[in-house]
Amino acid sequence: MRYHSPLTFEAASRVAAGASGVTRFLAGGTDVLVQLRAGSVTPDDLIDLKRIPGVGSITREGDGGWTIGAAVSGAALGATPGLVSDWPGVVEGMGLVGSTQVQGRATLAGNLCNGSPAADGVPGLVAAGATATVVGPEGRRRMAIADIPAGPGRTALQPGEVIAAIHLPARGAQGGDAYERFIPRTEMDIAVVGCAVNLRLDGDTIVEARVALGAVAPTVLLVEACAQAIVGTRLDEAALDALAGAARAAAKPISDKRGTAEFRTHVAGVLARRVAVTAYTRAKGSRAQGHRAKGAAQ
Amino acid sequence: MWVCTQGQWYIRQMCAGVLGLEASQLRVTPSEIGGGFGGKTTIFMEPLALALSRKAGGRPVKLVMSRSEVLRATGPTASASMDVTLGMKSDGTLTAARAEFRMQGGAFPGAPVDMALFCCFAPYHIPAIHHLGYDVLANRPKCAAYRAPGSPMGAFAVESLIDEMARELGLDPLAVRRTNAVREGMKASYGPTFARIGLEEVLDAVSAHPNLQVPLGPNQGRGIATGYWFNHGGETSVSMAIGEDGTVQVSVGTPDIGGSRASIGLMVAETLGIPYEDVRVNVVETGALGVNEPTHGSRATFASGKAAVVATGQAIREMCRRAAAAWDIDPEAVTWRDGAAHPAGENAGRFEPMTIAEIGASMGKTGGPISGHHEATPDGVGASFGTHVVDVEVDPETGRTTVLRYLVVQDAGRAIHPSYVEGQYQGGAAQGIGWALNEEYVYGEDGRLQNPIFLDYRVPVASDLPMIDTVIVEVPNPGHPYGVRGVGETGITPPLPAIANAIHAATGKRIRHLPITPAKIIKAISG
Ligand SMILES: Cc1cc2nc3c(=O)[nH]c(=O)nc-3n(C[C@H](O)[C@H](O)[C@H](O)COP(=O)(O)OP(=O)(O)OC[C@H]3O[C@@H](n4cnc5c(N)ncnc54)[C@H](O)[C@@H]3O)c2cc1C
Repeated sequence: MRYHSPLTFEAASRVAAGASGVTRFLAGGTDVLVQLRAGSVTPDDLIDLKRIPGVGSITREGDGGWTIGAAVSGAALGATPGLVSDWPGVVEGMGLVGSTQVQGRATLAGNLCNGSPAADGVPGLVAAGATATVVGPEGRRRMAIADIPAGPGRTALQPGEVIAAIHLPARGAQGGDAYERFIPRTEMDIAVVGCAVNLRLDGDTIVEARVALGAVAPTVLLVEACAQAIVGTRLDEAALDALAGAARAAAKPISDKRGTAEFRTHVAGVLARRVAVTAYTRAKGSRAQGHRAKGAAQ
Repeated sequence: MWVCTQGQWYIRQMCAGVLGLEASQLRVTPSEIGGGFGGKTTIFMEPLALALSRKAGGRPVKLVMSRSEVLRATGPTASASMDVTLGMKSDGTLTAARAEFRMQGGAFPGAPVDMALFCCFAPYHIPAIHHLGYDVLANRPKCAAYRAPGSPMGAFAVESLIDEMARELGLDPLAVRRTNAVREGMKASYGPTFARIGLEEVLDAVSAHPNLQVPLGPNQGRGIATGYWFNHGGETSVSMAIGEDGTVQVSVGTPDIGGSRASIGLMVAETLGIPYEDVRVNVVETGALGVNEPTHGSRATFASGKAAVVATGQAIREMCRRAAAAWDIDPEAVTWRDGAAHPAGENAGRFEPMTIAEIGASMGKTGGPISGHHEATPDGVGASFGTHVVDVEVDPETGRTTVLRYLVVQDAGRAIHPSYVEGQYQGGAAQGIGWALNEEYVYGEDGRLQNPIFLDYRVPVASDLPMIDTVIVEVPNPGHPYGVRGVGETGITPPLPAIANAIHAATGKRIRHLPITPAKIIKAISG
C-alpha cells in the first residue's frame, strides 16, 4: 500500500488518476480504516486529504451560504452555532453517525463517497439542495449532491475526481430542515429508514419543499411527489397523510438483515410525517426571531 | 496452554482426547475471562494451536478467533419451538400441564431440551404433568451452552400462556403465580422434592415493590414472569494455605466469571475471623489441583465456596493443635475466634490468644506448613427462583419497544457479595432484553450467517436500558455453610416472557416468535 499526502486537490487528483489498483481517499477514515483492518478493502494507493490547506474549515459565504471543507468532522459541524441554526437537519444527520469518537473523525464527504444507501449525512444534504466542488483531471466542476450516489458503494465521480468542499445554499427566511432515522436500538446502528425534509414557509403555508429518503433504495431518493403533497398546505392532517402515502409509494426497499421491505415502506411514511413536522416547526421558529418554538406543531 | 475458558480441565481432557495426549502432559492455565455465559465450556480451535505448536517444534502458537468467527462458529443456543397445554380453574389453580418442546442444535445431539422441560413448570405445584421433548438434528451450526441452557425458552412458552389465561379469566397474573407457587417439601415438576426454597418470598417481595404502583400511560404495558434454575454442585477440588505472615491463599479451579473470587475470599475470611484483605483467592492451572468441572450451572460460589470453607476448617483445627502444643494443653481445649486460637474456657488455663500471624510465623518450627484441602461433588445444591416485572412502551407507528422500568427479584440464598449478586441480576435482565427484542442469527438462502458483527447482531447498548432495579431475597440454602444458592443463571430465565407479556399488555397483541422486532409488532398491530 502506498500512502500519499498531497498538498493540493489537484495533486490528490493526479495521484488518483494515475493509480491503477484499488484507490481510496482518506478523510476521517472511519470507513476506510475499518475496511482496511477488517481485510475487506486494502487500497494500493491511500491518498490522505488532511494535509491540504483549508480542508478543515467551515466558511460562511457572503450570500449566507456555507462551504464545508472535505475533512471537517461531524463534531465540528455541531460546534458551529451559525451552521446549526441554519441547517440543523444536515448537522443532526452527522450527529447520529456512530458515537462521539466516530463523530470526531467522520466527514460529510466521506459519508457521501462511501456510497452507503443508509448514510445518515446524505439525505439532509440532498434535501438542502447542497452541491459539491469536484476536482478532477479535467479541472473543477460543481455537482449536485443528489447526482453523486450511484448505487451501493458507488458514486458518479469519475476516476481521479475528488470532492474539495461541500456547499450549502443560504438558508434565507422562514426555512427549516430536519433529519431522523429509524433504528431498533437507540444508537450504534445503521438506518433502517432515514428521512430529511427541508421546507420554506410564507406565513403558515409551505411554499417550497424537498424530501429525501435514505435506506429505501439503492441510492438516496429525492421524492418530488412528497414535496408536492405538502407545498401549498399548512401541514394539516390531510397533507401529512398525503406525504406519508407519497413516501411509501416512492420507497423501493429490499428485505435484508436490517429490516423487511414491508416494514421499511411503512416506516418511510411514519418518518416523513414526523420529520416534516419538525422541519415545519423549525421554519416557524426561525420567523419569530430569537425565539425557537418548543415542541412539535401537532 | 493458556486459554480463555470456563473450565481448564475440560480443555485438557478434550485436547488430550483429540490429539491422543496423556492428560498429565498438558497443563492448561485459564486466562482472565471477560464473559463466559456457557460458551466457554468446550473447545473450539484450541487443539489446533497445540497441533501447530507441535509441528513447529514446540514453539509458541497463538490463535485468536475474530468476532465474526466467534459468531459463525462457536454456536448460539439451540433454536426452539414449543407447545404447551395448561389446565387452570377459574380461581387460577393449575390442574394439569403438558409440554412438547422441539429443540435444534445442529448435526449432533445436545440441544438442552431436557433442561428446558425440567425448568418450565418448576415454579408451580401441578398435580398432573406430561413432558415430551425432541432433540432435533439438522444441518445447521452447532449449539453451545448459553446461560441457563433451555430454561428461558421453556419459560417463554409456559409463562406467556399463564399470562394469557390469567388475563382471560380476569385474574392478576402475579396472584396466579402466588396461588400455584411451590414451597419446601413439594415434589418438583421434574421429580425431586424441594428442600427450602424461596419462591413465595420472591413473589411477596414483588408485590411489595413500588414499581408495581407506578401508573402506566397510553401504549405502555406491564409484564410479569417467573423463572427457575437448578444450580449445580459438580466435581470440585480446593486448597488453601496459611502464609508465614498469617495471610491466606486459596486455590480454586473454577474460573471467575462474575465475582466468585471475591465471594469465596469473603467466606474464608469470615470463617477465619480475619480481614477480607488478608485472603487472596487464585484460579489455578490444571497442574495445581485435582479435576474441577468448569464454572457452569451457577456453581462456583456454591461448590468452590463450600469446599473452601471445609478446607479452612481443617487449617483452623491444625492451628488450634499448634496452639495447644505451645500451651501444653489438650487440643480440644482450644477454640478459634477472631483470627486467633483461644483457650476454650477457664479450665483450659490462662493464655494470651495466639493469632494466625503468630502461628504462621512459627509454623516452620512447630510442625511445618499449615493448609487445608477439600474435594467433593458437593450435595446440598439450592435451587433458585426469580420473578421479573417490566414496563414497556410501544410506539404504535414504528413498533419500537422502549423498556421503561425493569425489576428483578430473585432468591440468592445468601448474597455473599451483594453488589456482584446485583450485577448478575442486572446482567441477566440486559441479556434477556436483547434476546427478547432484537438479537437473532439471520441466515441467508445460502445458509450463511448474515450478521456476524455487533453492528447487525443487535445486543442492547447502554442507552437502550433503564437502570435495572433489583431486590435480593435471602432464603438461605441449608445445604451450604453460608446459605449460598448460586445466582448466575436464574436471571436470564424470566425476561423473554416478561417482555412478551408487557408488549401484549401495551398493544393487545400476543407475539409468539422471538425476537419481538418492530416489524413483527407492526405486522401484528396492522394485521
Ligand atoms: C462504529 C461506526 C459507526 C458508524 N455509524 C454510522 C452511522 O450511524 N451512520 C452512517 O451514515 N455511517 C456510520 N458509520 C460510517 C462512517 O463513519 C461514515 O460513513 C463517515 O461519514 C465516513 O466519513 P470518513 O471521513 O470517515 O470517510 P473515510 O473512511 O475517510 O472515507 C470513506 C470513503 O469516501 C471516500 N472519500 C473520502 N473523502 C473523499 C473526498 N473528499 N472525495 C472523494 N471521495 C472521498 C474514500 O475514498 C472512501 O471510499 C460508522 C462507522 C463506524 C466505524
